[in-house]
Amino acid sequence: MEFEWSVIWDALPQLMVGVKLTVLISLAGIIGGFIIGVIAGVMRAYGNKVVNAIALFYIEIIRGTPIVVQVMFIYFALPMLADIRLDPITAAITSIVINAGAYIAEIVRGAILSVSRGLREAGLALGLPFWKVLVYIVGPLAFRRMIPSLGNQCIISLKDTSLFIVIGVGELTRQGQEIMASSFRAVEIWSGVAILYLILTGTLTIILRITEKRMRIL
Amino acid sequence: MSIVEFKKVTKRFGDLTILNEVDLKIEVGEKVVLIGPSGSGKSTLIRCINALEEINGGDLIVDGYSVKDGPGSVRIIRQEAGMVFQQFNLFPQMTALENVSFGPRRVRGTPKRAAEEQARAILDKVGLGEKVDSYPTELSGGQQQRVAIARALAIKPKLMLFDEPTSALDPELRHEVLQVMQDLAEDGMTMIVVTHEMSFARKVGTRLIFIENGMISVDGEPKELLDNPENLRLREFIQHVH
Repeated sequence: MEFEWSVIWDALPQLMVGVKLTVLISLAGIIGGFIIGVIAGVMRAYGNKVVNAIALFYIEIIRGTPIVVQVMFIYFALPMLADIRLDPITAAITSIVINAGAYIAEIVRGAILSVSRGLREAGLALGLPFWKVLVYIVGPLAFRRMIPSLGNQCIISLKDTSLFIVIGVGELTRQGQEIMASSFRAVEIWSGVAILYLILTGTLTIILRITEKRMRIL
Repeated sequence: MSIVEFKKVTKRFGDLTILNEVDLKIEVGEKVVLIGPSGSGKSTLIRCINALEEINGGDLIVDGYSVKDGPGSVRIIRQEAGMVFQQFNLFPQMTALENVSFGPRRVRGTPKRAAEEQARAILDKVGLGEKVDSYPTELSGGQQQRVAIARALAIKPKLMLFDEPTSALDPELRHEVLQVMQDLAEDGMTMIVVTHEMSFARKVGTRLIFIENGMISVDGEPKELLDNPENLRLREFIQHVH
């Protein structure tokens, strides 16, 4: 068979609609996931037994179940359980937030614990309250050490958005699927979709490299 | 009123008793040198003073505040007792100037410019006026420790705690740190120093305390004790250190 570039070209406007949605879900999901991850990670690193157990429970539940099951639960089971009805996009973003949050929590915890105890003590010994030690001393150091793993998680979360095809979110993979259903040009469409994902993850990788270069790991 | 008062202070790590009902009073202006074999509890004792270690029994009063009175009073104690660590513990993401101005800015709320001006003056005093913009990794161990002393001084403490300040330094770098400490002592600062530097104890110390098995076993005049140690364990210890 012949590779028809024009098929990709014609499909591009519709695929770009998917790209926009993929970027939106990933961005919102990763930002939200980072916030949840920092909270759960700090709870794990410094919390007492109860606080630690709560965070650990959340992390283990999420890491132990597939993201497809999580989004199906949020989209299909929550309305029946608690009368919470989310539209597909909100359900997708929520899934990424709680999913990325669990993985980021462990990244945050590891980075915090890698900052030497002496630095924390030096901050406390100046008479700072603990939260200021965290914000001004431990936080900035831990963040630098997190960057590589955080970048990894961003790429994983971005690709995970393709799974939201199961609840009918019109992201990139779903758009490809729809075009396929009418044109049957599998090779061209899926090549095009793959290239678009590569452009997205490639951009993330470049941003990551630049950030890493600008912030020395200490 | 004593600036530091231990009242039957006990500290345990699990089953291990590190400090055993220690009673100790330290007055303003004293330069106390703490010595003792490793594991004797001397570092723990100094770390209890600014509540980096929580005590398990008794009470410890620093400038009228008890370490047991909760986070508020612990923070006041820490602002009045500057601490210098064996491993320097400078903040690696900050320059020397930022390290020293950090305390005044974040603890005392001093405006940035005033805090930096004051930090420059203190760094100048410890002989590092040229190094204000250097990061810790760009400084020698002796220079790092002098920045750490400057950082502790910047919050204007009433007493200074030194936890083996020269133990991590090469012998030829120790002198510059000890000199800064001696200058500080001559300025009248109250100091509590855990060290193995017997010549410092002799020259600067006004009081020598020998700790053994979590208890104070000898307490007196440094020169007398070092020249003529009556306590057998102290005599042995001094011979080994020299």
